[in-house]
Amino acid sequence: MLYREAGDFKTSYAKDSQTFPIKLDRVGYWALMAVAFLVVPFFINDYWANAVFVPFLIYVIAALGLNILTGYAGQLSLGTGGFMAVGAYACYKLMTSFPEVSMIIHVLLAGGITALVGVMFGLPSLRIKGFYLAVATLAAQFFLVWLFNKVPWFYNYSASGQINAPERTVFGIIVTGPNTEAWAKYLFCLIFVVVLAWIARNLTRGMAGRKWMAIRDMDIAAEIIGVNPLKAKLTAFAVSSFFVGIAGALFFSIYLGAAEVGEAFGIQKSFLIVFMIIIGGLGSILGSFAGAAFMVLMPVLLKNILVGGMGWPTDLAAHLEFIIVGGLIVIFLIVEPHGLAQLWRLAKEKMRLWPFPH
Amino acid sequence: MTNAATDMNAAPSPDSYVTADGRTIGGVVMEMKNITLRFGGVVAIKDISFDIREGEIRAIIGPNGAGKSSMLNVISGFYKPQEGDVFFHGEKRPLMKPYQVAQQGIARTFQNIALFDGMSVLDNIMTGRLNNMNASLISQAVWWGKAQKEEFENREKVEKVIDFLEIQAIRKTPVGRLPYGLKKRVELARALAAEPTLLLLDEPMAGMNVEEKEDMSRFILDVNDEFGTTIALIEHDMGVVMDLSDRVVVMDYGKKIGDGTPDEVRNNQDVIDAYLGVAHD
Amino acid sequence: MPDQLLYAIEVTLNGLMAGVLYALVALGFVLIFKASGIFNYAQGVMALFAAMTLVGIQNGQVPFAHLINAILGTEIHHFGWHVPALLAILLTACVMVLFAWIVERYILKHLVGQPDIILFMATIGMAYFMEGFGDLMWGADIKKLDVGLPQGGSLWLEENTAWLGGDGFYGFFIDKLDMVATVVAAILVASLVAFSQYTKQGRAMRAVADDHQAALSVGVSLRFIWVLVWSLAGFVALVAGIMWGAKSGVQFSLSLIALKALPVLMLGGFTSIPGAIVGGLIIGVGEKLFEFLIGAPFLGGATENWFAYMLALLFLVFRPQGLFGEKIIERV
Repeated sequence: MLYREAGDFKTSYAKDSQTFPIKLDRVGYWALMAVAFLVVPFFINDYWANAVFVPFLIYVIAALGLNILTGYAGQLSLGTGGFMAVGAYACYKLMTSFPEVSMIIHVLLAGGITALVGVMFGLPSLRIKGFYLAVATLAAQFFLVWLFNKVPWFYNYSASGQINAPERTVFGIIVTGPNTEAWAKYLFCLIFVVVLAWIARNLTRGMAGRKWMAIRDMDIAAEIIGVNPLKAKLTAFAVSSFFVGIAGALFFSIYLGAAEVGEAFGIQKSFLIVFMIIIGGLGSILGSFAGAAFMVLMPVLLKNILVGGMGWPTDLAAHLEFIIVGGLIVIFLIVEPHGLAQLWRLAKEKMRLWPFPH
Repeated sequence: MTNAATDMNAAPSPDSYVTADGRTIGGVVMEMKNITLRFGGVVAIKDISFDIREGEIRAIIGPNGAGKSSMLNVISGFYKPQEGDVFFHGEKRPLMKPYQVAQQGIARTFQNIALFDGMSVLDNIMTGRLNNMNASLISQAVWWGKAQKEEFENREKVEKVIDFLEIQAIRKTPVGRLPYGLKKRVELARALAAEPTLLLLDEPMAGMNVEEKEDMSRFILDVNDEFGTTIALIEHDMGVVMDLSDRVVVMDYGKKIGDGTPDEVRNNQDVIDAYLGVAHD
Repeated sequence: MPDQLLYAIEVTLNGLMAGVLYALVALGFVLIFKASGIFNYAQGVMALFAAMTLVGIQNGQVPFAHLINAILGTEIHHFGWHVPALLAILLTACVMVLFAWIVERYILKHLVGQPDIILFMATIGMAYFMEGFGDLMWGADIKKLDVGLPQGGSLWLEENTAWLGGDGFYGFFIDKLDMVATVVAAILVASLVAFSQYTKQGRAMRAVADDHQAALSVGVSLRFIWVLVWSLAGFVALVAGIMWGAKSGVQFSLSLIALKALPVLMLGGFTSIPGAIVGGLIIGVGEKLFEFLIGAPFLGGATENWFAYMLALLFLVFRPQGLFGEKIIERV
C-alpha cells in the first residue's frame, strides 16, 4: 500500500501540478540527490569520473537540449554536434581572453552564444518542415565544423589546430586543466545538470512547453488557436541550443581537455544524441537521463565483458555496439516509441494498482 | 463600403432585437463583404457577403464541397481571399496571420478534430488560455513570480470550463486515448477556455449518435445563453440547424443561395432546388 | 580560349560526372519514398554493404571470419577461391533482394502508419545496424573493388582537346570510370522509367505510391510491392556502390554519400525521378565550381563539405516544395 495517490489529497493547483505527485517518488528523488551530492564525491576516482559519471552528466545536458527541440517542439535536428562545437569554441575563446573570470560565467556565456547561433539556423524552420528541416540542420553541422577548422582565430592560431583547456577555477577550486580532481569535475557538471533539468522541467510544464507541444502535434491548428509559430519555434531553438552549447563547453573544458573539432563534434556526435533521446524517450525529461545513461554505459559494459572478460579484439566489440544500437533503435521505435521513460511509467502504473489490477 | 462600416460602429445598435426565447441579439459583429477565394483555377468561394450579429447563433449550411469550411478558414485568417474584405467590430481587418486573428477573440473547432494528441486533456484546454498568459521565458524557467501566478489563475478558469462541459473525470488522460465524442467535447472546451467573442464551430456534431448530438446541442445553447457568445457553425444535420440557429446562410458551389431565418430559408426555392435537385427540361 | 575558362569547363565537366553519381544514390531514395513514403537514410549504407558483399564474394572471404575466429580460436579467412565478377554481382543482387525481404518482414510491416519522422529515425537505426553487421561480416578494412571497369584518365580526350588552350593546357582530364558511370546511370534511369511505365508491376508500384488504401482495394499486394521496391533500391545501391567503390575504395566514407543525396533531393523534390537527376547535376557542378572559383582561392578550401547543404537550405527557404514538387494546399 506504499505506492499510491489515494489518501494523498491535493488541495491546491500548485500541489496538483508538482513534478512528483506520489509521495514515494518525492522521497526517492531527495534520497537520490543526497547520494549524488553527499556520497558520490567522496568515493569517485579518475576512472569512474572519466569513463562514466562526467560523460553521462554532460550528455544528459545535450540530450535535454535536443529533447526540448525534437521531443517537445517536434523539430528534428541533426546539427547537435555542430552546436556543441559552438559552445566549446565560445568557451575556449572566453577562457583564454578573460582568465580571471569564473568558469561558471564562461560556460553560461558559451550557452548564450550558442543560443544565438541556434536561432539563426532555426529561422528557416518557419518555412521548412519535417526532414527537410533535418537537412537544414545538417547544413549547420557541416558548415560550423568547417568554420572552426578553417578560421585560425577560433583556435588561437595554434599549430596543431586543436584547442586546449587552460587551468581555470571556480571559487578557488580547479575545475579545468590536467590538475583537476575527479570530484571537482563531477560536482561542477552535476550542479549544471540539476539546475538545467529543473529549468527544462519548468519550461515544459508551463505555457512555453504547451506551445512547443502544440506545434509538434498539429502546427496548423496551433497557429489558428493563437500560437505564433515563428516565436514558438525560435524559443525552442534558443533554449535547446543554450543547453547544447553548455554541454559542448563542458565536454571540451571539463571532459576532454583538448579537442579537434571534426573528431569531437562531428556528425557522429549528432547521431549519438539523437539516439539517446529516442532510446530514452522523446518528450521526456527522465528519458534524457535514461538515454544518456544507456548510451554511455553500454559501450563500457560491452568493452568490459567482451574485451576484458572474453578476450575478444576491440574492433569486434565496436562492430557489435553498432549492431546493438541500431537494432535497439528500430526495436524501440516499433515496440515503444516513447522509449525507456515510457517503460518506467508503465511499470509505475502497474505498481499503483498492484496487487489488484482490476 | 465605408458607410456600412461606420453604421456598425453605432452601439447599442439601433436594430438590436429580442428573440422569442428572450435573448438579446445586438448589432453586427462581423461582416464578410464580396469574398472570393480561389485555389489556382478552382473557385472555392464566389463573391459572398453576409454578416454575423452579436449574440446570435449563425449557421452556414450547404452540400459537400459548397465552400463552407473554406469560409470558416477565411474568417479565422487561415485562407487569404483574393477579393473582398472582412469587417470585425465595424473595422476593416487588415491582412492577418491566423494567430493574430485568435488574439482578437475568435476561437474555433475543426471538422476533423485537431487536438494535440501528445498532451493531456487539461494541457489541451490550457492552450486555449495562451492569449491571456504572457509571463516571460525567464519567469517560466524558474517557475516563480508571474509565471506561477498566471498558471494557477488560468487553471481556475479552465477548471470552470471543465465543470461546465462535465469532463472532470478525464482531466489527466492523454487526448489520444479518448473516444471520438469526448474528443469533440474537449475541443469545444479548448475553444471556450479562450473566452472568445466569436466562436466558430466546424461540424460540431459530425459522426455523433443521437444522444451525443443532443448533449452537444445543449452545450452550444448553454454557451450562447450563459456567456452571450456569438456562434457561427457549420452543420449537416438540418433538424439541429433549424432548431439551434437564429439565422442561416446557405451555400452551393461557392455561391450564396439563401440567407435568413430558418423558416425563410426552408421556403426558399433555390435552397429547395439545391437540396432536392431540380428537373431540367 | 583563355586557360582559366578551359579549367572552369573541365571543373564543370567533372562536376557533371560527380553529379551523376549523386543522382544515382538519390534515385534509390526516390524509389523508396514514392512507393512507401519512407525517407530511407540507410540508402548510403546499403551501397556500402552491397559493395562490401561484392568484394567479399569475389575474393572468397569467409563471412563473420573475425567473429568465428574470436569465439572458436580458429584462423580461417578465405575459402580459397575467386568468383568471376559477373557471377559475384548476381549473387550480391540476390543478397540485396533477401535484405529487402527481411526489411519488409521484420521492420516495415510493424511501422505502417507511423509518422514520417519515426520512419526516418527507424532507417537511421537500420543504417547503424547494417554498418555494424557489414563490418562484422566482412571486416572493416578498406577494400579494393575491381570488377574490370576502366580506370584512370581518358588519354584520347586529353590529346584531342589540348589544342584548345595555350602551352600550359594539356587538354581536359576526365576519369574513364566517371564516363562509364554516366552511361550506366543513364541506362539505369531509362530502364527504371520504362519498368514503371510499361509493366504490370510498375503500374502497381505507381498505384501504391499514389494511395496505399486504394491500391489495396483493387487487389495490389502492398507487401509484394514493398519488397520489389526495396529490391530495386538495393540494386541501385549496388550499382552506386560499384561505381563509388571502384573510384575510391570500399570504406566507411562511402556511406556518407547518402548524406550528399539529401540536398540533391531537397532541390529535386522527393518524388521526382527527373528531379533527382537534375538536382544531382546542379549539386555536382555547383560544389565543384564554387570550390574552384571561391572556396579554394578565398575561403581556405574544403567547401564541398557544406556547399550542397547550404545551397539546399537557401533554395528551400524560397521554394519549400523543391524544383519539381507541386505546391501543397494545406487544409484543416
